[in-house]
Amino acid sequence: MDTAPTSRSWLLDQFRAAANRKQFLLALRDLGDGARRWQLWGYMGLHEIRQRYRRSVIGPLWITLSMGITVSALGVLYGAILKVEVAGYLPFLTAGFVIWGLLANLITDGTRVFTAVEGFIRQMPAPLSVHVYRLVWSNLIIFGHNLLVFVAIALWFGLNPGWSALMAVPGLLLLIANGLWLTLLLGLLSARFRDVPLITGSVVQVLFFITPVIWQPEMLPGRPLLLVGNPFYQLLEVVRGPLLGHVPPLETWLVVAVFTVVGWALALLFFTAYRWRLSYWV
Amino acid sequence: MAQIRLDHVSVAFPIYDASSRSLKKRMLGAATGGRIQSESGPSVVQALDDVTLHFQHGDRVGLVGHNGAGKTTLLRVLAGIYEPGNGTVQVDGHIAPLFDIALGMDPESTGYENIVLRGLYLGLSHDEIRERMSEIAEFTELGGFLDLPIRTYSAGMRMRLAFAVSTSIHPDILLLDEGIGAGDAAFLEKANRRLQEFTNRAAIIVLASHSEQLVTQMCPTSVLMEHGRVIRVGDTEDILARYRRRVARGLV
Repeated sequence: MDTAPTSRSWLLDQFRAAANRKQFLLALRDLGDGARRWQLWGYMGLHEIRQRYRRSVIGPLWITLSMGITVSALGVLYGAILKVEVAGYLPFLTAGFVIWGLLANLITDGTRVFTAVEGFIRQMPAPLSVHVYRLVWSNLIIFGHNLLVFVAIALWFGLNPGWSALMAVPGLLLLIANGLWLTLLLGLLSARFRDVPLITGSVVQVLFFITPVIWQPEMLPGRPLLLVGNPFYQLLEVVRGPLLGHVPPLETWLVVAVFTVVGWALALLFFTAYRWRLSYWV
Repeated sequence: MAQIRLDHVSVAFPIYDASSRSLKKRMLGAATGGRIQSESGPSVVQALDDVTLHFQHGDRVGLVGHNGAGKTTLLRVLAGIYEPGNGTVQVDGHIAPLFDIALGMDPESTGYENIVLRGLYLGLSHDEIRERMSEIAEFTELGGFLDLPIRTYSAGMRMRLAFAVSTSIHPDILLLDEGIGAGDAAFLEKANRRLQEFTNRAAIIVLASHSEQLVTQMCPTSVLMEHGRVIRVGDTEDILARYRRRVARGLV
């Protein structure tokens, strides 16, 4: 085998060489074919959860239980620190925590979406996007378990969001659409640059603190840019708002829409250029 | 009609060590005008170099060559796992790859679960897998072991499982790499019979192996590979003799 050093702009050359129409169509086909393999990723996602809780007595209900314990403890503590009424604060905190959990897991797990299954990728041919769908699906299953905690707390405090709760459905769909591109893009970048998962980990942690999950948006006076300009807050709000009984303003939906389109464009660009390199990288 | 056509296919691997995989290096490279990058950019291993091959219906081809000659890479290109940097690959027919058996299975899952997983991966639906389950289970001869996690299996047992599933999809093209040796004699005999069935239905089999016996037994034709290049295609007897001569003369 001959080895030879290459020029420093190697990666850029690769990008230019591969960012063409043919590769774009192949990237789109990968996403389409991957979606059609729902039996495969559906099974993998479900199996992953089942596997994790195998031989435990209450199984996946541990997800629900630990979320319940976390929000109860935090709710009482932070309710006292922030001097807010628990009846209003606990449902807010629970909804926020549950939705943030989904978003944060998608991002952090997304960085490992391809590297964690390198054996499969190099063993059997399948659309790469299968792994993206699998990851989003298994996180939605976890989200479903966590949502039970919110339902229980909403019932306990007699919270009735009314019809506006239905708006949580399009909100969740938008969140999923963003989860898909985030996973695809971060998974791709992480396969090539092994620092990305580490950077992402700390970014997500910071985002958790600057996004109103534990604290309420009203508690931050005079800094609307920090809220409006934070797409993760807006993503959180399109699901949390309806669950708590108020539909978010148009502005929120617009920011989320722009974030979705820009994110997908970016992810598609990278997927077009680097999709075929991925099996060499993992 | 199953066929495989490779035209001037080249595959180059970038080799990233831990440091060139890091962003720091990349940023430092940008900050210092790229000097660091140009001095230690990724090396490239030429794993396949201008390979042109044509296999058609009924071909049973052995890939012969030293470690690192490009046999496994070639199989992965045929399977569609690696897309070549240069050249074109045209494959008509349903492919079943059977490579490194340690990969592509979940060690914590039971035999049955791995059959489902692998079946789905190969493109079967749940219904189709259910239909074939008893046949697959019977072929593996693993009996009660199928209820145990496959981390408890020996290499040979895993091989049986992978083989049984991969061949149950009735592929047009079967790609085999090394591991096939990891079965006991009786199972190999059985596997051979099953492979025979394929050939009768005029499929293509490509086998990469170091076992001269296996190659001679299964493949009338062979491809001699060296340093990613195809040296010669021809009769297996002839190719193996040539390979032995080259090894003896220290050419590989």
